[in-house]
Amino acid sequence: MSACPDNSHLIHAFLDGELDAANTEAFETHLKTCAGCAAELAALQALRARIAAPGVATPAPEALRGRIEAMIAAETAPAPRRRAVSLPAVLPWGLSGAFAAVAASLAVVATLPATAGLEDQLVADHVRSTLALHLVDVATSDRHTVKPWFNGKLDFAPPVADLAAQGFPLVGGRLDYLDDRVVAALVYRRNKHVINLFVRPLRPALRLPVANASRHGYSLLRWTEGGLEFWAVSDVEPGDLAAFHRAFAARPGALGTP
Amino acid sequence: MGRILSFRNVRASSPDAAAGRASPPGSGRRPDDSAPALSAAEAQRFRALVLPHLDAAYGFARFLSRDATLAEDIVQDAFLKAYRGFAGFRGGDPRAWLFAIVRTTFLSTTRGRTTWADPEATEAIPSEADTPEAALLRQGEAASVRGAIEALPEPFREALVLRELEELSYRQIAEVTSAPIGTVMSRLARARQMLLAALREEGEP
Repeated sequence: MSACPDNSHLIHAFLDGELDAANTEAFETHLKTCAGCAAELAALQALRARIAAPGVATPAPEALRGRIEAMIAAETAPAPRRRAVSLPAVLPWGLSGAFAAVAASLAVVATLPATAGLEDQLVADHVRSTLALHLVDVATSDRHTVKPWFNGKLDFAPPVADLAAQGFPLVGGRLDYLDDRVVAALVYRRNKHVINLFVRPLRPALRLPVANASRHGYSLLRWTEGGLEFWAVSDVEPGDLAAFHRAFAARPGALGTP
Repeated sequence: MGRILSFRNVRASSPDAAAGRASPPGSGRRPDDSAPALSAAEAQRFRALVLPHLDAAYGFARFLSRDATLAEDIVQDAFLKAYRGFAGFRGGDPRAWLFAIVRTTFLSTTRGRTTWADPEATEAIPSEADTPEAALLRQGEAASVRGAIEALPEPFREALVLRELEELSYRQIAEVTSAPIGTVMSRLARARQMLLAALREEGEP
């Protein structure tokens, strides 16, 4: 059974949705009376289903994705260097680990209209990372690997801790962008959920209290420590994010993590 | 069969092959001497617009080259070109733009290594390694469909993959392959007929 010779191209255009409304209608009418064209169309639709079946298309290997990420990083101009934030310089502002933990347990709820645009960016960065496009540049649960990896890529040193014992295993780290500036993103897991912890130098004018917010179903928690600003973003419950903050603030050697 | 097989052999045995992989065209340039590096904001835009199509680009390159390793090289080189030429991307569907680069990269990569100059010339010369008979020996329905697609001559294979797997419109396929829309339609119709016939044969041993 085959299509009428006059309609052989029409069948394909019909199948591909490339016919205008008038021709679509005309062809649908024709299909009702032409068994040959109807059978041909059915065969083409079955073929389409076989091609669309899983396993026909091959996804890109992860190693290739990694090489392309590295290429993008190598080809990208470093962000304009701003005042370098070195740890000793900011120590007087710093909270001790214990004090930070107390501050976290208080977890002041505040709305921060000034940071609304930033929160949208953070959620967008988080979502993009979890689409498996770019979760981590350096994948390891070893903080001694992650921390040096940031050296030379950032003009500040983000503290890195593995919080697996508290239920937040470290997955790795990557570079991300906030307000057109390169920032550190530490990636943690909570069960099946991803927590992105964005770290950047604190702008002195922006020393705000611990605050949380939510955007499109994602929770955000902001705090500051040692001259750095931290934003945790995840789809976990806000309570889990607060627990994450407590665990992070109480990490061994907080504020001077070797 | 000869040309495509010899191409594979050349690639596997030539001492140039490894060097060619290590330094694809253009990559010898350092970002700091001639190519102006993109800003962090542009890099972010590239990640958001182009990088999501990595799997699609790889799938296309894989069917074009019929070689997993070569497909990786083509895609990596294409992404480098795409990134360096990102300033020239003027909106539209980033996939069609990226596929055109992948295709150009494929053609330039293979031109230097094979005797085939005109891709149309391979129309009647399917690769022996990928005939439906060979595909039949592989395991699984998906593998046999993949094998049958790989056995299609190049212009037909390309049109079919861009339409069925990448879901480009006729107009986009015409742009990517630099062919008139009428030609795209003919190739697509022919590709489907050949594929149906191959899979039907396979189903009736």
